[in-house]
Amino acid sequence: MRISTRKLLDRSFSSVGVISIALMGLILLVILVPIFRKGIGALVFEATVEHRRLILDNFDHGDDLELAAEIKSAREARQPVYEMVQAFESRQQAKIDSLRPDLETLAERDDSMGRLVARRLKRLGPDEDFLEQVETIQQLVPRLREYGDGDDAPKEIAAISSGITRITSQTLAFAELKEVLYDLLGPAPGEPMPQLTRKQYGQTRWEKARETIDHLFFIERWDYSGPGMGTLVREPRVEQFRETEIEPLFAYVEGHAEAMLQPRWTLYWGFLTDKPLDSHIFGGIYPELIGTIYLTLGAILFAVPIGIIAAIYFTEYAKAGRLISFLRACVSTLAGVPSIVFGMFGLAFFLNVWQLPKGVLAGSLTLALLILPVIIRASEEAIRSVPHTYREAALSLGAGRWRTIVTVILPAALPGILTGIVISMGRAAGETAPIIFTAAASVAAPLSLNPLQAWDQPTAALSWNIYNLCTEHEAADEIRHVQFGMVAVLITVVLALNLFAIILRARIAKKLKG
Amino acid sequence: MNATPTPLDFRPFGESTPRPGNPVKSIHVDPKGAQDSVYVRATDFSIFYGRAEAVCKVNIDIYAGLVTAIIGPSGCGKSTFLRSINRMNDLIPSCKTSGQLLFDGVDVYDRRLDVTVLRKKAGMVFQKPNPFPKSIFDNIAYGPRLHGVKSQAQLAEIVEQSLLQAALWDEVKDRLSANALGLSGGQQQRLCIARALAVNPDILLMDEPTSALDPNATSRIEELISELRGKYTIIIVTHNMQQAARVSDYTAFLYEGALIEYGETRQIFTNPTRKHTEDYITGRFG
Ligand SMILES: Nc1ncnc2c1ncn2[C@@H]1O[C@H](COP(=O)(O)OP(=O)(O)O)[C@@H](O)[C@H]1O
Ligand SMILES: [Mg+2]
Repeated sequence: MRISTRKLLDRSFSSVGVISIALMGLILLVILVPIFRKGIGALVFEATVEHRRLILDNFDHGDDLELAAEIKSAREARQPVYEMVQAFESRQQAKIDSLRPDLETLAERDDSMGRLVARRLKRLGPDEDFLEQVETIQQLVPRLREYGDGDDAPKEIAAISSGITRITSQTLAFAELKEVLYDLLGPAPGEPMPQLTRKQYGQTRWEKARETIDHLFFIERWDYSGPGMGTLVREPRVEQFRETEIEPLFAYVEGHAEAMLQPRWTLYWGFLTDKPLDSHIFGGIYPELIGTIYLTLGAILFAVPIGIIAAIYFTEYAKAGRLISFLRACVSTLAGVPSIVFGMFGLAFFLNVWQLPKGVLAGSLTLALLILPVIIRASEEAIRSVPHTYREAALSLGAGRWRTIVTVILPAALPGILTGIVISMGRAAGETAPIIFTAAASVAAPLSLNPLQAWDQPTAALSWNIYNLCTEHEAADEIRHVQFGMVAVLITVVLALNLFAIILRARIAKKLKG
Repeated sequence: MNATPTPLDFRPFGESTPRPGNPVKSIHVDPKGAQDSVYVRATDFSIFYGRAEAVCKVNIDIYAGLVTAIIGPSGCGKSTFLRSINRMNDLIPSCKTSGQLLFDGVDVYDRRLDVTVLRKKAGMVFQKPNPFPKSIFDNIAYGPRLHGVKSQAQLAEIVEQSLLQAALWDEVKDRLSANALGLSGGQQQRLCIARALAVNPDILLMDEPTSALDPNATSRIEELISELRGKYTIIIVTHNMQQAARVSDYTAFLYEGALIEYGETRQIFTNPTRKHTEDYITGRFG
C-alpha cells in the first residue's frame, strides 16, 4: 500500500471515529436536555400562594406570619370575584323565586303534574344550594312541555317553561365558570373543606394557573361542520355573560391574576425530601428516592463480595477445564438474560421458596443476581490486566497466593473493579422489572433509615414509580412535572454515580501510577 | 566437592541457626578460599517444560559470598535454571524437574519444603524493574511486613538500611511516600534490589537486571553488585559478556540447556577449556 493511501485511510478512520463519538454526544444531549428542562420544573417553578399554603399545612416548611399576610392580600384581591359571583347568584335566585307563585298555583292541581311540582317545590328556597335548585327546576321542563301540549293545560305553563329555560341556560354556563374558578382558586371562603387534598387548594403552579385562566376566558370546542377534520374553536366565555354581574369578572381576573395568586419563583427542595400528597399530585418523591438508594446499595452489598470472590476464583484458582468453561459460559449467559426473568426468579425463589417478605431484602437480592455477572466480568478483566510482574515480585518475596492477591493484585485491580461496581450500581438503580414482584409498591411509607426496620418493607422506587405514574395514574397528564422530575432525578443519580466512578478511578489510577 | 548434604531440617532457614562450615555471611573475597562453602548445588538437575527439556543434567556448585554469572545465548535455559532455585517455575504448571537441587543443604524440591521460606532466603531481581504501584516505603516494607515485622520504627530502620545498601537512600530519602513508579528505570531496579534485600536473604538471584536500563544506570547496578559481593551470594544471568567479566567471580556457560563450562571468570574469559565457550565469548555465535 502506498504511504499516501495509508495516510488517507488513517485519516478517514479517525474522522469516522470522531464523528461517531460526536454523534453519540449529540444524541445524548437531544435526549437529556429536554428531560432535564422539564424535570427541573419539579424543583424550580413559579409557585403560587396556594403552593406555599399547601407546604406549610402539610410539611411545615415556610414562614406562617409571612404567609398569613400573603393569604390576606390574596383574599382581598379575590374578594371582588366572589362578590360578582354572589351578585349573579342572588339575581338568578330572585328569578327562581319570581317563578314561585306560578309554580305554587300549578302545584295545587290535583293530578300527577301538580304532585310532581309540589315535591319539587320543597327543594327550592333561599336555604338550598343555588345550582341544585337550578337542576331541580330544569328537570321539570320536559314534563311541563309534555303537559302543555295537552288540552286542558293552563296558559301559564308556556310562560313558566320559557322562564325556566332562560334561567337554566345561563346557569349552566355559570356552573362551568364556577368550576374553573374553583380549579384556579380553590374552595371559596366559607365553603366546606373537601376531603381530597387536590380539592383543597387552587393551582399551586403558576404555569398551570395560566392554563386555567385561559380556560376561564375561552370555551374550547371542536367544530366538525366544515369539510375534513374538525377545527378547534375558541369562544370568549364573556359572551355568555353579557350584561350580567359576571361580565366585568373577566377583565378583573386579567388585571389581578397575579395579585390573586401571587406567583413567585421558588426552589422547592421538598421535591426530594417530602412525601407525596394525594398520590403525587403534590409533594415530593422522598419515598422513591430513599427506596432506590436502599435497593441499589443492598444489591451492591450482596453482589460485590460474591462477584469479586468469583472473579478471584476464576482468574487465580480455577484450573482450565470443562467445568470452568461451563461456569464461565453460565456467567456470560446470565449477563444477557432479560431482567424480567430475574424478577420472576426473585418471586419464585426469594418470596416463595425462602419465604422472604416482599421488600427491600428480596428486591436487593434479585437486583444483586442481575448485576452479579457484570461485576464478575469487570473484576475478572481487571484482575487479569494486573501485570504478571507484580505477582512475580510478591511471590519472590515469599508471599503466599492469598497474600499476593490481597496485598498486590486486588489493590492494582481496584480501578477496574470499581468501574464495574459503579456501572452496575447505575443498572440496579434503573431496573424496574426485577423489583415489580419482589420489592416495589406504588404507594408506601418512606423507608426507615435504620436497615433493620426497613429490610422487610415494600418500597416505592424511582424506576417503578416513573412507569406507574406515567401509565396508571388517574391524572397522568396533570403531573407531567413530577414524572419528568423523577426521570431527571434518576438520571442524575446514575450520572453522578458514573462521574463518581470516573473520578475515583482516575484518583486510584494516579495513585498507582505515581 | 563435599558430597554429604546437610540432613534435611525444615527450620534451617531460621534467622539464628548458624551452620558450622557454612559461614554464608562471611566474606570470601578470594575465590580460591570459597570452595568449601557451597551454597547451591545442582546434581544431574534437569528441568522440563512438558516434554521439552530446557535444562539438562546440570551439575554445578555455586559458592557462598561470591558473584556467579550465568551466560549463554538466548533461550539456552539461563532464566529457567535461575528461577528453579527459588521455585518460581512452580507458576508454570507444565514445568517439572529431575535430579537434585540443594539450597544451603536443603533439597529445594522436597515436597515438605515451605516455598515461602525458601523465597525469603532467595531474593530475586527481574529483567524489567517491577516495583509495586505503592509508595517507595511500602515497596521496601512489603517483605518485612509479610514476614511479621509490625513495629513502624523497625520497618523504618529496615527501609533505610535496605535503601542504603542498594545505594538509593540519598536519592529517595525525602520522598519515601512517593509512588515508586515515579522513579527512573535505574532507580526502580535499585529499589527492587533494596526490596529483595529488605527480607534479609542469603542469596540474590538476578535475571538480566540491566537489560532494560541505559548504560549509566547499568554501571550503577554493576557497582552495586560489587558492593554487595561478599555480603550475599549473587547469581546473575546476563548475556552481556563484558558485564559478566566485570562483576563475577565465577562464570557458568550454558548452551542449549547443558552446562558447557564452569569456572573462575578470569579463566573462562582468558583461557576457556572448551571450543564452544571460546566461540561464544569471542562473539562467533550467540
Ligand atoms: N513457560 C514456558 N513454557 C514452555 N517453554 C518455555 C517456557 N519458558 C521458557 N521456555 C523454553 O525454555 C527454554 C529456555 O528458556 P529461558 O530459560 O527463558 O532461556 P534464557 O533465559 O536463557 O533466554 C527456551 O527454549 C524456551 O522456549
Ligand atoms: Mg531469560
